[in-house]
Amino acid sequence: MISLTLDVTLRQQAFTLEVRETASVEVLGLYGPSGSGKTSLLEAIAGLRTPDEGEIRINDRVLFSSQGGVNLAPRERHIGYVPQDALLFPHLDVEQNIRYGERGDTPPDLFPSLTQILELDPLLSRRVRHLSGGEKQRVAVARALITRPTVLLLDEPLAGVDRARRELILPYVLRIRRDLHVPLVYVTHDAAELTAIADRVLRLDAGRVLAAGAPSDTLTIAE
Amino acid sequence: MNADTWAIARFTVLMAVVATALVLPPAVAAGWLLARRTFPGKTLVETLVSLPLVLPPVATGLLLLWLFGRRSPIGQALDAAGIEVVFTWKAVVIAMMVTSFPLVARSVRAGIEQVDRRFEDIASTLGAGPLRVFRTITLPLAARGIIAGAILGFSRALGEFGATIMVAGAIPGRTQTLAVGIYTFVETGREDAAWGLLAVSALLAFGAIYVSNRLVDQAGRA
Repeated sequence: MISLTLDVTLRQQAFTLEVRETASVEVLGLYGPSGSGKTSLLEAIAGLRTPDEGEIRINDRVLFSSQGGVNLAPRERHIGYVPQDALLFPHLDVEQNIRYGERGDTPPDLFPSLTQILELDPLLSRRVRHLSGGEKQRVAVARALITRPTVLLLDEPLAGVDRARRELILPYVLRIRRDLHVPLVYVTHDAAELTAIADRVLRLDAGRVLAAGAPSDTLTIAE
Repeated sequence: MNADTWAIARFTVLMAVVATALVLPPAVAAGWLLARRTFPGKTLVETLVSLPLVLPPVATGLLLLWLFGRRSPIGQALDAAGIEVVFTWKAVVIAMMVTSFPLVARSVRAGIEQVDRRFEDIASTLGAGPLRVFRTITLPLAARGIIAGAILGFSRALGEFGATIMVAGAIPGRTQTLAVGIYTFVETGREDAAWGLLAVSALLAFGAIYVSNRLVDQAGRA
């Protein structure tokens, strides 16, 4: 469980992203159509985009505050980020990708437990260009989790996976929550995914929060 | 081909290798700066980086001659330290470096610009500082551009003439390179020797450009 404070104003070309949300969650879902600001919000949390105004706090740790003049670098935020296209390092194999975020104090059993939970052991020596969409996502998740982040941001993890295989991937996401106890911020435009995993949903459209609350309340309302 | 031809060819290749090795670090730094950073005066820096490309090499050579001569502060400092540059092999290397720098820097810049910045972003979320991101992500992903740049710079160095003859002269056995040798052999009526150097030059240039093109083709397919 983490407590998240997102007070973000981020001016973009098409619209201004405005989010004010405080929640204690295990899985926060961000739901909305393409271009509604979901990815921009994730990037602001990860530190890859600087909001124009506001404050981002996780468990009372201030990551960004326009008033307080705080803007932690991405490497200081302890946030795992898995972008939609996974962005595995193309010059490294699967194991090297996963181990990229290892540090001196990384527990030695973390790597084997991640590769076991995400079923990556048979893939470790592969070049990343030979992986399927779902495999890439799992590798990217392991790579992010090896840093022991306080929260894992998943940007449409099932988008690059064909419908038939999606049911095979979702259990892995549930295992992150159940076995590794890592809180998630989960972006999707598929309501069914969020019903399965989120305990709170922010519904975004054109940069504004249309609704916030339990999946059953937020996902069923009309557009 | 006689022993002279081979000695000149060996000397030129050696000087070009040293010049390329020395020009790479500053050229990579300049290429990275121009590809990844915006700062006041960037256009001015871009122009300065490209200047030796358009300035007549002889003019560049004249500038270097002044810079390392006894009338400039740098030349005086070197003189005081007992380091002689003008009309030595060091001048050959410097002339090669200055004239090949723009080619290397431009190629490095293009190589780095082709690297998706988001790979660097992801590396930073994984805890990597700027130096580690550069060393482990940017540099290997831009490797083809950097290698192509090095080969291009090496080829340019092999053929360097104008700046070299100004600042290093054409001292047989000391500063005579392939290009300078061809010129002096023709001037002194030794055309057969000039033709020998021409053949070696053509072979080296062909090899370097061929390897460079192969690399660019592979990068295009990757």
